[in-house]
Amino acid sequence: MPRFFSKYKNFLFVLVPFGFLWAIKPLMPSWFFIPPKSCLGGCGSIEGMIPFVGWINTGIKFLKSYEIFGLFTFRELTRSISKGIDSVLNFTEAIFYNGFENLGIEPLPWIMLFGLAIVYGLYLRGWRLALLGGACFFYLALFSLRGIYELSMETLSAIAVSAPLSALIGLLFGIVAAKRKRFHDALWPVLNVLQSLPHFSYLIIVAIFFGVGSKAGVIATIIFAFPPMTRLTILGLKGVSQEIKEAGIMAGCSKWQMLFKVEIPSARSSIMLGINQVIMQCLAMVVIASFIGQKGLGHDLLARLQNLRLGQAFEIGVAVVFIAITLDRFSQAMALKEPERLKEGNFFKRHPFISSSILVILGSVILTFINPFASRIPTEYTISISGQLNSMIKFITTSLFNPLGAFRDFMLVYILMPTKAAFQSLPWIAVIAFVGLIGYRLGKLRLAITVMLFVFFIAASGYWVRALITLYMVCVSLVICALIGIPLGIWASKNDKRTKIVQNICDTFQTFPSFIYLLPAVMLFQISDVSAIFAIVIYSSIPITRYTIFGLRNIPNHIIEASITSGCTERQMLWKVKMPLAFPEILLGLNQTLMFALFMVMIAGFIGTVDLSQEIFRALTFADGGKGLIIGLCVAFIGLTADRLLVAWSDLQKKKLGFIS
Amino acid sequence: MNSEKIINCQNVWKLYGNNPEKFINSSEDKSLENIKKNNFIPAVRDANIDVYKGEILVIMGLSGSGKSTLLRCMSKLIDPTEGKVFFQGKSLTDLSQKELIEIRRHKMGMVFQHFALLPHRSVIQNVAFPLEVQGIDRETREERASKVIKLVGLEGREKYYPRELSGGQQQRVGLARSLAVEPEVWFLDEPFSALDPLIRKEMQNEFLKLQSMLHKTIVFITHDFDEAIRLADRIAIMYEGGIVQVGTAEQLITNPATDYVAEFTKDIPRAKLLTLNSLADKSDVNEYSMRLSGSEKIINVSAKILKSESNISITDSNNNIIGSINKDKIIKILFEK
Ligand SMILES: Nc1ncnc2c1ncn2[C@@H]1O[C@H](COP(=O)(O)OP(=O)(O)OP(=O)(O)O)[C@@H](O)[C@H]1O
Ligand SMILES: [Mg+2]
Repeated sequence: MPRFFSKYKNFLFVLVPFGFLWAIKPLMPSWFFIPPKSCLGGCGSIEGMIPFVGWINTGIKFLKSYEIFGLFTFRELTRSISKGIDSVLNFTEAIFYNGFENLGIEPLPWIMLFGLAIVYGLYLRGWRLALLGGACFFYLALFSLRGIYELSMETLSAIAVSAPLSALIGLLFGIVAAKRKRFHDALWPVLNVLQSLPHFSYLIIVAIFFGVGSKAGVIATIIFAFPPMTRLTILGLKGVSQEIKEAGIMAGCSKWQMLFKVEIPSARSSIMLGINQVIMQCLAMVVIASFIGQKGLGHDLLARLQNLRLGQAFEIGVAVVFIAITLDRFSQAMALKEPERLKEGNFFKRHPFISSSILVILGSVILTFINPFASRIPTEYTISISGQLNSMIKFITTSLFNPLGAFRDFMLVYILMPTKAAFQSLPWIAVIAFVGLIGYRLGKLRLAITVMLFVFFIAASGYWVRALITLYMVCVSLVICALIGIPLGIWASKNDKRTKIVQNICDTFQTFPSFIYLLPAVMLFQISDVSAIFAIVIYSSIPITRYTIFGLRNIPNHIIEASITSGCTERQMLWKVKMPLAFPEILLGLNQTLMFALFMVMIAGFIGTVDLSQEIFRALTFADGGKGLIIGLCVAFIGLTADRLLVAWSDLQKKKLGFIS
Repeated sequence: MNSEKIINCQNVWKLYGNNPEKFINSSEDKSLENIKKNNFIPAVRDANIDVYKGEILVIMGLSGSGKSTLLRCMSKLIDPTEGKVFFQGKSLTDLSQKELIEIRRHKMGMVFQHFALLPHRSVIQNVAFPLEVQGIDRETREERASKVIKLVGLEGREKYYPRELSGGQQQRVGLARSLAVEPEVWFLDEPFSALDPLIRKEMQNEFLKLQSMLHKTIVFITHDFDEAIRLADRIAIMYEGGIVQVGTAEQLITNPATDYVAEFTKDIPRAKLLTLNSLADKSDVNEYSMRLSGSEKIINVSAKILKSESNISITDSNNNIIGSINKDKIIKILFEK
């Protein structure tokens, strides 16, 4: 018995008080169980213990009418920003698909985009990339019966505005933060929160200040997409070697020369990866921003999904995925591209890329005059297989109806419902004690207080019960993800070939905008908790798989050799040597998985779950900025609590294993 | 040796730690033990050293002894915690940022251990970089850069990018870049340490060749005594931030200031270093059958001496006999450790 105690004392330290608080629940008054309301926000109001929502809404109201220097109101300022964005957007829309009517200029013919994608792909990496780019535009042009081409161009023109602006803002923040420690320290927690806020929280605030429509979508996208750029810029600039900086100083660089000629170019791969991230975030917002009226692929995908026109939704989904993968691979190739020596010879030899691009542009303009196919494939020649898809989906779902239905019902009745009930029976005080005790064990008082405050915020906000449902969905998904991802990672880490295959799959899956995952979920399980969890699980299994592979493959070779020579069997090696050493990485993987799951839970609200996400959709409908923001913060704090604890745990394990000091 | 001081360090201190200024200005004991006891890292301690026009001063010492830090104080890449550095008579600490940039643009060149080339620029763009930041137009700067590239033997590689070059070639670019502005003082921080021994030798010869043409004032850091002997006019030895001794290689060996220096120079083959002068018996100025100049290194003439039957006369630069030497002494030097 004493041995048992000392071995599990950490667990007992947390679990005993937690279990006690849970057990005494029936003896306690209801405030012990559900956070009480208070009269801070006026008695009888619907708000929680502390009327955060009311405060925020008052703040928003104040801001709306706040006059800056007595000249114009804040709202006028934001409205003029959105006007500015709107005119830029008009311009890119004209280029991509409207044309400049009053100038008599046609929009870019598809054949030109097609050709440029091929040339650029060849230039950046090789024929595979060229093939991808070409295939993407070919698909868009050919499968355009239901207007996919126009929708795609609409989406691309929005990205053409949001991505550069977002990258620029991110870069500026990053530069200042890398140079000014104070700014960095102030910015960092803001980035943390911004990146764990669900997308929809942005949407509401943006809608309030900037209105709705594509311009608002662009603005929401910009705000959503810049944080990774900032992080990567900071990382890149801080990573520039001391020697290179000194070389710059010794060459006599002024401050600005230093920045623009030495530091930024030396950090360019990081910065380019940042741009890649920005583009991916913009794509992730393509669908989400349609909630505040952004037009394009996302809007139509959503509409079809809502009407359960799955075949058409699928066709649009493929377009979104195609664009996402293409933009991702191209921008990645751009990031990795090294400058190349110019070849000797004439202009064509020295600048093959520029000259062939010019040829493509000229050629496609000429082609459009010869044959209208070059500018747009006429509707009667475009194809759509949505009809066939529909019947196929119908066939699959009807033939699988019984087994799938049985599976769904089994899951619901025997696993999900009881788990949900267990989560809902958690007293808030017990949960606060739980995270606090873990925090105290892992870190010190500081960590404990931080996470307790996070949870207290949720309890006090008035959305405690909803938050528990969110937590239940996330936890169930997390367990399933671990059950899938860890064995998959173990399998994949056996040899290089497997690793490569699995990593490629992960890369591709991660490129899909998250809404896409709702498609198969709804097809298979209709609308229920099961389909939501299904979508969450496919999406969130990626990081845990990746991190497991990473952890297992990065064990120092001498340790492996030592255990081989001491006579471990393969199985012993895995469980006694490799897994313990990979454990810290696996924890980080779980952390990422949890973040992914939280994002996906919010999106799954769209197919009718009853947790925080549903509330946030409601807030969106009623343009209730305070509510949207507070629920967003609740979600963010769930994420941040788990993040703090898991990272602390991982660090502790790493220290124990001597990986870090 | 010209006696004009180009760089003059006066009581230069550099401590790392928590508020070292306060410690330096206090009346605390500044001994090494006490510095460490107060949790400061003694990177440079009370360095007084001059660099004269046209000489090669080599700074030596173990890893962490403060060589780089001292060099960076001389080029004002770091501010000393205490003390002053004069560059051509002007105190670097009193210069404005603008004046400092001017000095760096025209009078200082620096070469780094890991080359520190800008990865996104071709060889010629790297070499022309210091000229570019001065605002010199492209044609002029590339013309000048080509000349220096030729000088370091990289002709034909102008358009290459650093990643396409070997380590030795990259460091040649580093040398060329630092020479592009025709600096008066040339700082080199372990420029050849990252190279293979063979390439290192080759680069040392290249370096000596360059110096014989250019006559720069040079501060050169190395932790390789062989390299120091080959290149140095004078050697400064550092130990835990302090300069223990400054002198010619011969002085260090024949006259080590401390046990540390003696230990440090113990393994150096003396014959390579010592001249006949240092062994000559000055009391015997008889004329023997063979005469040798006193400035010859022992290693170069030992065969001749061992073959000769009698003692040998030692002469000065005017061929006057100043002493003699006998075989026994040579044998002792050659075979004794
Ligand atoms: N920025 C810094 N912060 C703290 N300590 C430093 C810093 N820079 C140098 N030091 C310390 O100062 C001492 C001297 O460092 P320095 O780089 O001058 O040594 P070095 O002689 O050049 O060594 P090496 O041969 O390894 O280059 C070392 O103990 C080092 O750890
Ligand atoms: Mg050094």
